[in-house]
Amino acid sequence: MVYLKMENVSKKFDDLEVLKDISFQVNEGEVVSIIGPSGSGKSTLLRCATLLEMMDCGSLSYLGEDAAIIIDGKAVYAKKKELNKIKENFGLVFQNFNLFPHFTVLKNITDAPLNVQKRPKAEVMKEAEELLEKMGLSDKRDYYPHQLSGGQQQRVAIARALAMNPKVLFFDEPTSALDPELTGEVLKVIKSLAETKMTMVIVTHEMEFARNISDRIIFMDKGYIELEGSAEEVFEAKHERMQEFLGKLTKNV
Amino acid sequence: MSLFTIISLMSEGMYRTVGIFVLTLLFSLPLGLIVCFGRMSKNFIIRTITKIYISILRGTPLMLQLMVVYFGPYYLFKMSIGEWRYPAIIVAFAINYAAYFAEIYRSGIEAIPKGQYEAAGLLGYNKIQTFVKIILPQVVKIILPSVTNEVITLVKDTSLAYTLSYLEMFALAKQIAAAQTTMVPFVVAGVFYYIFNLLVSVTMEQFEKKINYFK
Repeated sequence: MVYLKMENVSKKFDDLEVLKDISFQVNEGEVVSIIGPSGSGKSTLLRCATLLEMMDCGSLSYLGEDAAIIIDGKAVYAKKKELNKIKENFGLVFQNFNLFPHFTVLKNITDAPLNVQKRPKAEVMKEAEELLEKMGLSDKRDYYPHQLSGGQQQRVAIARALAMNPKVLFFDEPTSALDPELTGEVLKVIKSLAETKMTMVIVTHEMEFARNISDRIIFMDKGYIELEGSAEEVFEAKHERMQEFLGKLTKNV
Repeated sequence: MSLFTIISLMSEGMYRTVGIFVLTLLFSLPLGLIVCFGRMSKNFIIRTITKIYISILRGTPLMLQLMVVYFGPYYLFKMSIGEWRYPAIIVAFAINYAAYFAEIYRSGIEAIPKGQYEAAGLLGYNKIQTFVKIILPQVVKIILPSVTNEVITLVKDTSLAYTLSYLEMFALAKQIAAAQTTMVPFVVAGVFYYIFNLLVSVTMEQFEKKINYFK
């Protein structure tokens, strides 16, 4: 089943064209990584998919429900009420976590399921405990975000997103704010999610990681999708920009 | 005249001073939030009107505003203002302090990272929930020191009510001092303001400590 479908997406910031006629889809259970140099439009694409940015042109749908369709070359969005419904299909993990600093770890995870989704307390609490255990944070449930390391905070953020039971989980450079040691613990969690066949779209600069866990990789450059395919197909492709990008990465090491 | 007599003569005035203080805060703190929303409104007209409001109330002396609010209805509409004295004082203080509080609130709201709104929106919180549950507690923490500053200023500003011949504590102190040719009432007034403000700062400090559980 197609979980996410975006077609002919374009987006301008003032005169700067950030996305140029992008189309892609994500199927149930798939892990898709989006890679590419800074400024290539990866994050903007993710922000358009999660309705944080509005596309100029393009269609967007989740599980067959339209969030936006194209009319006369312009993106026309569904009504707010429908969009709110569609929003329940996905979650997003931010680069800088964006946890609520005045909520404990447990409240960060349970507040929206309890007060937005209005699910029964017993069920939400049980699920939260399971999530905390999965994230290795059971002993941190009563801590506040500032008492945690960056890696722990990001794992809380992942738990918070998962607690909403999304169909698709997006990651916007989830480890870019972390040092290598903390990066490892977050990547491990994402990997364990991939093993449970969670549908995920990950914007990342961690090439080895993307290569290992992705069913499909998208390489973006200057607002276009330059390459798309399996890890081998993309990393071994005789594509000038791709090899240049990879070359720069290894040269830096 | 003994110190005790002076204090007991001034006590009625102290009670009135505290009255102005409490009522001003009661009205200006919420009014400031409304002005702040106007100031941050997307609507150009609302935004401009509130900008002008803030500009005038911060740009002219509170003493002048007291007189305008009190005498205005008489000069403009020939209304009788006999019963209007006390309400006029509270209105003038409240609208003046609301202007300052509005700008303090705005500084706090604008200090909240955009990511907090984005995270709340993605989790499905509506606008009101987002503001009340997610944004406001963080704003309160940020603005508390500035609010304390304003509240301390207010304690001292209450003495301006004497310009409308309202017998709050400072007006009484002046009268007694003039009648008895003594400095003592001023000393009593000084000690009163100082202790009042000490209580304010200690209370606010406690509040700051209480809210210090997050960063």
